[in-house]
Amino acid sequence: MSGDVLALQGVSVRLSGRTILDRVSFEIAPGEFTGLIGPNGAGKTTLFRVILGLQATSAGRVLVEGLEHGPRHRLIGYVPQKFLLDPDVPLRARDLVGLGIDAHRLGMPVPSRTRRALVEEMLHAVDAERFADTRVGQLSGGEQQRILIAHALIARPRLLLLDEPLANLDLGGAQEVVALLARVAREQQVAVLISAHEINPLLPVMDRIVYLAAGRAVSGTTEEVVRADVLSELYGRHVDVLDVHGRVLIVAGAGEDTDLTGHEGAFPGAGIPG
Amino acid sequence: MVNAWTVASMVAVVAGVVGFFTVLRGSAFAAHAIPNGSFAGAAGASLIGVSTLFGLGVFSLGGALTIGLLGRRGRHDVATALALVMMLALGALFLSFSVEYASEVYSLLFGEVLGISPNDLAPTAILGTLCILAIAVLYRPLMLSSVLPEVGEARGISSFRMEMLFLAVLALATTMTVPVVGTLLIFSLMIGAPAAARSFTDRPLLAMGLSVAVALLIVWIAIAASYETNYPVGFFVGTASAISYTIGRLWTAVRSRRTAQPSHI
Amino acid sequence: MSNFLSPIFASGFFESEAVHIALAVGALVAIVTGVVGVFTVIRGQSFAGEAFGDLGTTGGAGAYLVGVGTLWGFVIGNLVAAGAMEAIGVQRARGRDLATGIVLGAGIGLAALFLYLYTSEHSTTGATVTILFGSVFAISGATIPLILLLSAVVLAITLTLYRPLLLSSVSAEMASARGIPVRLVGALHLVALALAAALAAITIGTILSTALLVGPAASALRLTRRPLTALLTAAGIGIGAMWLGVVLAYDSYYWPPHGTVWPVSFFVVTLVFITYLLSGIPEARRRRRTDRAPSASPAAQPATPS
Repeated sequence: MSGDVLALQGVSVRLSGRTILDRVSFEIAPGEFTGLIGPNGAGKTTLFRVILGLQATSAGRVLVEGLEHGPRHRLIGYVPQKFLLDPDVPLRARDLVGLGIDAHRLGMPVPSRTRRALVEEMLHAVDAERFADTRVGQLSGGEQQRILIAHALIARPRLLLLDEPLANLDLGGAQEVVALLARVAREQQVAVLISAHEINPLLPVMDRIVYLAAGRAVSGTTEEVVRADVLSELYGRHVDVLDVHGRVLIVAGAGEDTDLTGHEGAFPGAGIPG
Repeated sequence: MVNAWTVASMVAVVAGVVGFFTVLRGSAFAAHAIPNGSFAGAAGASLIGVSTLFGLGVFSLGGALTIGLLGRRGRHDVATALALVMMLALGALFLSFSVEYASEVYSLLFGEVLGISPNDLAPTAILGTLCILAIAVLYRPLMLSSVLPEVGEARGISSFRMEMLFLAVLALATTMTVPVVGTLLIFSLMIGAPAAARSFTDRPLLAMGLSVAVALLIVWIAIAASYETNYPVGFFVGTASAISYTIGRLWTAVRSRRTAQPSHI
Repeated sequence: MSNFLSPIFASGFFESEAVHIALAVGALVAIVTGVVGVFTVIRGQSFAGEAFGDLGTTGGAGAYLVGVGTLWGFVIGNLVAAGAMEAIGVQRARGRDLATGIVLGAGIGLAALFLYLYTSEHSTTGATVTILFGSVFAISGATIPLILLLSAVVLAITLTLYRPLLLSSVSAEMASARGIPVRLVGALHLVALALAAALAAITIGTILSTALLVGPAASALRLTRRPLTALLTAAGIGIGAMWLGVVLAYDSYYWPPHGTVWPVSFFVVTLVFITYLLSGIPEARRRRRTDRAPSASPAAQPATPS
C-alpha cells in the first residue's frame, strides 16, 4: 500500500545453507505501533538488520517510504538491545541526544539556540531532564535506554526500531517503557516497531503484531494473529493460546518438528505472563 | 631552541586531539603497535638517506592499515605480536649499519627535542594540521561510531570505515610526534593527557580542549626541565603523563564518592 | 673437515670463546624460555612480555648506573613488573590497558634517564643498544653462574609445578576443585616468567625478549597438542633459532657492510617469526583436506542468530 512507512515483500534470508527468514511480508502504516513477537532464535534481529540495510536478502524487497533504495538511514531510528557505555567517557546525556541530530554529517556541531531547544524538547519527551547533565556511562540501564530513544527520535525518523528493549526489565519497568514509547510515538508521529519475546506488556498499545516463528511470519491485529489455529500453522506444531485474566499465555506442545531449534514445550518468555 | 618549543607544541596539540579519540575508542593496542612499526621505517630511512619523516610515515600507515584489516583478530594474535617484535628487530638491523648506531637508537626510541632542525618545522606543521583537520571533519560520525557503533551502523556510518580512517590519522600523528617524543613514549603522552582531562569535565569538546591543554603543559614542563637539567625529555614526558593520569584518577574517585546517587529507572 | 664447513661457519667460529659461551648460554636460555613459554601461551598471558620488556629496560639501565650486573637489573625489574601484574590482576580490561600503558611509560622514561646518566658519566654509548637489543656475544664468564642459577630456579619451579600448573592453565575451576591453590600457582608461574624474561633479555634484549618467550612455544603448540611434546618442541625450536642466529651473526662479519656484525637478536627474532609462520602449514593443510571431503549429515543444528 502506498503511504506505508515500511513494507516487506517476500523477504527471505539464507545463510550457510540455513533459512533464517522465509518469505516474510508485512506493512507498517505511518504512526502504527507494531510488535515483532517471537521466541529467541526466530530471526527477529536478522529481520531488523534487513530493514536497516545491514543484511542482504536472498529474495524479496524492503521498501521504506515506498522506496527500495532511498535515504533509508535518515528515515529509520534504531535502539539496539545491547550497548556498553564506559562510565569514564566524557559525554553527557544531552550531548548524546544532541549527537542524534546530525551524527551522519561530517564536521563538528555548531551550538545554536535551535539545537539546544531541540535537545531540551526531546529530553522532556522521554522524561530525562533530571539526568541530562550526567555522563551517559553513569546512568542506569533504563535511563540509558531512554537517552538512546531520544537520540533516535531527535532526527525525526518515520520509523523507530527497538531491539528487545524489554528483555531485561521486570514487568513494572516494561510497562513504563511501553507507555513512554506509545506516548512519544503519538507526539512525534513516528511508527514504532519493537521486537520482544513476551507479548503481554505490548498488548495494550499494539496496533499490529508481526508474529515470527522459525523464520516465517504472520501479521495482522492481535485478534487476527494470536489464535491457536494461526500460531499452530506458523509453528508447524500444536499451539494453545490461553487467556488468563486478560493475559495471554502461548504454549507450544511437544513435537518432532526441528524447525524450531531446541524448543520443546512452552517457549521461554511467553509461558510466564509475569 | 625556538624550533624545539614550536615543534613540541604542535606535537602536544596533535597528541591531545588524537589521544582524546584514542582513549575514547580504547585503541591502546594500535597506539602501542604503530610506533613499533614506524621504528623500522625511521631506521630504514636513515640508512638509505631518505627523510626520517618519510620512513616513519610509510611504515606507520602500513602498520595502521594492517591493524585495521586484521581487526579484532590481530589484537590477541601471536602472529601480530611476533610481527611487531620483528619490526623492532628490523629497525635494530638497519641502525646497526650506521655509524651513529647508539645515539640514533636512543633518539628514535626516547625522542630528541633539542636537536630539531628548521627543516623539520614545515613538514611537521603540515602533518599536524592534516591530523587536526581530519579529526574536525570526522568529529560527528567518529564520536557516534566510537561510543555506540551499532547505532552508528544503523545510521549508515560504517564502523570499519571509521576505524580505518581513525587509524590513518593515528599513523599521521605518530609520524610527526615520534621524532620529538620517541617511539617508546608517544603512547604515554597520547594516553595520559586525555585520560586526565576526562576526569575533570563531562563535556566532550571541553574534554578534548583540556586534553590539549594538559598535553601542552606536559610537553612544556618536559622541555623546560630538560633544558635546565639536561636530562632527557622522554623522562619528563613519561613521568608527567603518569602524574597527570594519577591526578585524574584520584579526582574521579573523589568525585564519585561525593555524588553517590541511587539509580532511578 | 674445516674446508667442508667453511662456507657455513666463517673462520675462527669454533675457536672463539665468545662463540662457545654464546652457544651454551643461548641453548640454555632457549630451553628455559621454551618451557615457561608453553605454559604462558596456554594461559593466554602472551602480552605479559610487553611489561617485562619495558620494566626490564628500566631495571637493566638502573643496573648499569648503579654498577651492578645487567642481569641483576633485569631480574629485579621483571620481578617488580610481575608483582605489579599480580596486584593489578592479569586480565585485560579497557581501563587496565590504559593504566598498564601509563605505568610502563613512566618506567621507560626512567630508563631513558638512567641511560642518559650512565652514558654521560662514562662517555660510552653502548648501553642502550646492549640493554634493548641484547648481546649474546658479550656475555662475560662472570655472569654464567647467575645464568645457571636462574635457569635452575625457573626449571625447578616449572617442572615441579608441572601438573598443577598444566591443569590450572587449562581450567582454573577444575584445578581449584581438586584443591590446587590456583592463585599461588599462577603467581609462581609469573615469577618463573619474570626470570625467564630476564634471561631472554640478556641474550636478545629487553624489547625483543617476547620473541623467545612466546614464539617457539606458540609454534610448538600449533604442531602438537601433547604438553610434553610441546615443551620439547619449543625448546628445540628455541635452540635451533639461537644457534643458527649465532652462526649467521658470526658470518655476517663478512657480509655487507663489511666489518660490522649484524645483530644476533635480529636473526633470532626473524627465525622465530619464520618458524611460527611455517608452523601454521600443517594445520592449514589439514583444514583444506577436510573442507574438500563430502559433507556429512544434512542441516545440522548450528547456533541460531535471533
